[in-house]
Amino acid sequence: MSESPPTTDDTRRLAREARERVRFEEEALELSDQVYRVARRLAGSREEAEDLVQQTYERAFRSWRQYTPGTNLRAWLLRILTNLNIDRGRRQQRTPQTTSLDNEAADYFLYNRLESQAGDDNPDEERVLERLSQDSIVDALSDVPHDFRDVIVLVDIGDFSYADAAQILDIPIGTVMSRLHRGRRILKKNLADRTVPA
Amino acid sequence: MIDWCEKCEELMQPFLDGTLSDEEVHEAQLHLERCHWCAKRYRFEERLRHYVRVAVSEPMPPELKAKLATLRTPL
Repeated sequence: MSESPPTTDDTRRLAREARERVRFEEEALELSDQVYRVARRLAGSREEAEDLVQQTYERAFRSWRQYTPGTNLRAWLLRILTNLNIDRGRRQQRTPQTTSLDNEAADYFLYNRLESQAGDDNPDEERVLERLSQDSIVDALSDVPHDFRDVIVLVDIGDFSYADAAQILDIPIGTVMSRLHRGRRILKKNLADRTVPA
Repeated sequence: MIDWCEKCEELMQPFLDGTLSDEEVHEAQLHLERCHWCAKRYRFEERLRHYVRVAVSEPMPPELKAKLATLRTPL
């Protein structure tokens, strides 16, 4: 008679696995607000963002065993989301890359333009900032070409480290940093174009 | 002759990101202490980053949150 030990072992193993899965799903769901916040700005529309987040969680719950406990779960989820976003062929829908090269200015450009329009000899920076509307910021960001925007969204909006962003996007850290710097300049130029008539 | 304001403008992003060498940080700080014009632009950049972050953050629709919970494996 050798039937009883395996059933006990199996039961224990299944119970342990079920506990691990429950914990994984709970932790993943706790991060959903943060995942959505990033997804919303990576995707072109709210509907697209919602679909992406839903598909991400479907895939994550299916392949939870591939996640290594103790590593950055938020980055793991975003990696899935980014791949899904690329699979959806978003590259065709986006702003052509060529616009980025013209739409870049030095780092003080936006402030200089806003200050010159403020009608005050020496306005403080808070008053200058108030000239930017929320809509203009959202539009200016969505017009940043996707390669640059992805990095801004992950690092500046999503609070990911350069290393995490590099892993999520599958690009070298040096590329993350250079795209971040150029992307922020493009964003500021877009803001200046929207807010101040040339 | 070095244009320090121009150099300071170049250093602004890595300065605020904390990725400059100690020597460059020192160089930028020395200039910022004397140059209010640049100091103001650094403060603006810092505030702008925060402002952008808040402006583009949209809360997740509650329906989506509820939908995600239904994707969990049944116990």
